[in-house]
Amino acid sequence: MNWTLQKDIFVSFFRSSMLGYGGGPSTIPLVYKEVVDTYGWMTEEEFSDTLALTNTLPGPMLTKMAGYIGYRVGGVLGMLCALISVVLPTVLIMIFLIGFLIRFRDSSIVQGMTAAITPVVGVLLLQLTYSFAKKSKHDLGWVYALLLIIVSAVLYILFGVHPALIIVALILFALVKKSPKKEGDQA
Amino acid sequence: MRELWELLVAFFIPGVVGYGGGPASIPLIEHEVVKKYEFMSTNEFGEVLALANSLPGPIATKMAGYIGFEVAGTLGSIVALSATIVPSLAAMLALLGLLNKYKDSPKVKRISAYVRPTIAVLMGVLTFQFFDSSVVTAGWIQTILLVVVSLLLLEKFKVHPAFVVAGSLVYGAIFLS
Repeated sequence: MNWTLQKDIFVSFFRSSMLGYGGGPSTIPLVYKEVVDTYGWMTEEEFSDTLALTNTLPGPMLTKMAGYIGYRVGGVLGMLCALISVVLPTVLIMIFLIGFLIRFRDSSIVQGMTAAITPVVGVLLLQLTYSFAKKSKHDLGWVYALLLIIVSAVLYILFGVHPALIIVALILFALVKKSPKKEGDQA
Repeated sequence: MRELWELLVAFFIPGVVGYGGGPASIPLIEHEVVKKYEFMSTNEFGEVLALANSLPGPIATKMAGYIGFEVAGTLGSIVALSATIVPSLAAMLALLGLLNKYKDSPKVKRISAYVRPTIAVLMGVLTFQFFDSSVVTAGWIQTILLVVVSLLLLEKFKVHPAFVVAGSLVYGAIFLS
């Protein structure tokens, strides 16, 4: 059993996760630095192939990257090491901090903090909304982007269709619709 | 048992349809956790989201790990985390050959682009809920003040979100308590 390798896997993903703010996608450059530059587990090309692979699948990016790279480098144990180091520390901090807040839920200070955080979370989500809308316009052009936005807004808000159903329909549509040559070139 | 099953479903669905990484799954998680299973209120979800946003590391797993823990303890945390992580990772390892063949296919590449407008709508609806809930708790004036100031700090002065969140907590503790 190569313990040094397992330790390196753990440390490299721990560093990427703990230094990466803004969720999985913003952590990718840090993972690149560890995996390609520091430890040389993958070439630059292999890494970008892996990134392309994770993009073809749904779900959080970083756990897919960590699990796959850990598996390739250190087998099943490597996969577990990478996953645990990416997930566990931050989850424990969350549970600890929120547990602390909840213990003082009745205090007016904590209630004031909750009241002030709600609009700020709204602003953070507004930024995400804007970036998703802007990226949609960039990818699809504003006519199609707007059309898809209006259709999904009507289905979701007016008819209460479950969002997963809308997304599954879109995935099928993307896979089934004939792709003109031109669109492939743009992508 | 019922709670564990509900957690499994609540985090499995966002993990499987959430194209665009962890942030894209936030409104999908909210739909299951707040609207469908009513594990928590919009405000409580906001606290969890704010904290998840302020801490490093992937967002979806922090939310799954914490919400699972609150609903059903350590086992709940493990169930919610597994539902988030396992399906897409297993698919990646199992379908490696197939995925390698199709990863450059324009049809596969455009999935994210087709799904993104819907995610934008879900995110927009969630944004509105937070502003709405803030007006109810803190009133119009405080809401507008906090929105304008945090928007300026984040967009114009490029202050790190963690500091804006921390600042609003201090403001709330002093002026809204």
